[in-house]
Amino acid sequence: MADQLINQVLWPLIYILCIVLPLVVAVAMFVYWERKVIGWMHVRMGPNKIGPFGLLQAFADVVKLLIKEVILPTKANRFLYYMAPLLALIPALAAWAVIPFSSRMVLSNANAGVLYLLAMTSLGVYGIIIAGWASNSRYALLGAMRSAAQVISYELAMGLCLVCVLVLAGSLNLSDIVNAQAGGKGLFDWFWLPLLPVFVIYFISGVAETNRAPFDVAEGESEIVAGFHVEYSGSAFAIFFLAEYANMILVSFLASILFLGGWLSPLQGWIHADAPDWINWIWTGGFAWLFIKAFAMSFLFLWFRAAFPRYRYDQIMRLGWKVLIPIAIAWVMVAGCMKYFGWVSIGAGV
Amino acid sequence: MNSITRYFKSLLLIELFQGMGLTMRYMFKPKYTVRYPMEHIPKSNRFRGLHALRRYANGEERCIACKLCEAVCPALAITIDSAPRASDGQRRTTRYEIDLFKCIFCGFCEESCPVDSIVETSIHEYHFEHRGENVVDKLQLLAIGDRFEQQIAADRAQDAAYR
Repeated sequence: MADQLINQVLWPLIYILCIVLPLVVAVAMFVYWERKVIGWMHVRMGPNKIGPFGLLQAFADVVKLLIKEVILPTKANRFLYYMAPLLALIPALAAWAVIPFSSRMVLSNANAGVLYLLAMTSLGVYGIIIAGWASNSRYALLGAMRSAAQVISYELAMGLCLVCVLVLAGSLNLSDIVNAQAGGKGLFDWFWLPLLPVFVIYFISGVAETNRAPFDVAEGESEIVAGFHVEYSGSAFAIFFLAEYANMILVSFLASILFLGGWLSPLQGWIHADAPDWINWIWTGGFAWLFIKAFAMSFLFLWFRAAFPRYRYDQIMRLGWKVLIPIAIAWVMVAGCMKYFGWVSIGAGV
Repeated sequence: MNSITRYFKSLLLIELFQGMGLTMRYMFKPKYTVRYPMEHIPKSNRFRGLHALRRYANGEERCIACKLCEAVCPALAITIDSAPRASDGQRRTTRYEIDLFKCIFCGFCEESCPVDSIVETSIHEYHFEHRGENVVDKLQLLAIGDRFEQQIAADRAQDAAYR
């Protein structure tokens, strides 16, 4: 009985903490990194006062937000108003359960991992819609409606991109998808090469899904103040913030896993050498490679934000429905042909 | 043909990549930021900041209460009262006040002064903590002048050739 309890409750809880706590710290550091990078791209310095190089800036902001009061607007729906941030945060954290960090490090090696991910990332939009509706504010409602329309449109393109990956890998299990990208041709064995347009579409949809610039009409500071979270303050706002950034990091990890070979090394199959473990991972692969790839992917989010102006609402819809989805559908066919005629090698091993 | 090239241009995201290249180049440029309290940009010797009343080298105050500065001040920020000094009967100010809230730092007082008494120093970092401190009186102005005389004299000497 006690054994069962430890095995089924305690260890999973410890694993969950091992994922969530570093994730929260990563979000804080990512906020700092974002402000730094955007500052540099604006020829500024970014935060540099709190701690060495401003490293503690994000933590100072968190403390500030937690000390502040959470204000409930008049005639707002109390229950939904307080539920909404949690509804945004929980799926953003829950999705991490199926992410494989390396060939052995995965919390839940679910066979339907991709389906689970799709479900979780779609659930996040409920938090936004409910926040917008429960705030009893026109700006918030407008932001929520924009966000809902946008997320639903881009979910389609994203789903079709995933279909391409699934066709090639032949599995819904994320670990299997990564293993299908193993081979002897280094980084050219990964799915980004045969699925290049789909990779681009996936990442664009990911940016739109997380409501980030240039698809951040849901927040639209210039026209609807801050969109769905305009009425939120203090820790409730901090939770929305956390959810948004956790989602960004999640999309970066997913792009790395689905298209850039997850924990596989870009040198796989090129170098065969016996070295101690702390050097070996450079060519045999390990979680460090996944983190490096995800870091590069998440840098793109910041780069986009510094480079591009916000899309107009109708432009977003046009891009999603008339450009991304047709290309993704066409590439599903191409991927099918590639698989059927064996133009790409799938998980051949070395 | 034109529309076809435009179509492929937008499909291949060429202009977006150009934009990203531009921001990436800017990321590595030297930054314009001046970390203000620690770093300062160079200041002109003609900078017009906080006022001061100067003295001669023998310690006698320069001001002779001619009230030209009071007359020329466009903001009516200067108030002067004068009387014969008790010790030797010389014409001196009994009251010399500048309201720094009214002052527009135009520098006319300094230009009008026949004895180079009222000057505007290059001090621009100062603050008031209580209501009424914005009116600086004669003692304060003289004290500022005493304290920064070296710098004031150096700034004036640098500019003397162009006066």
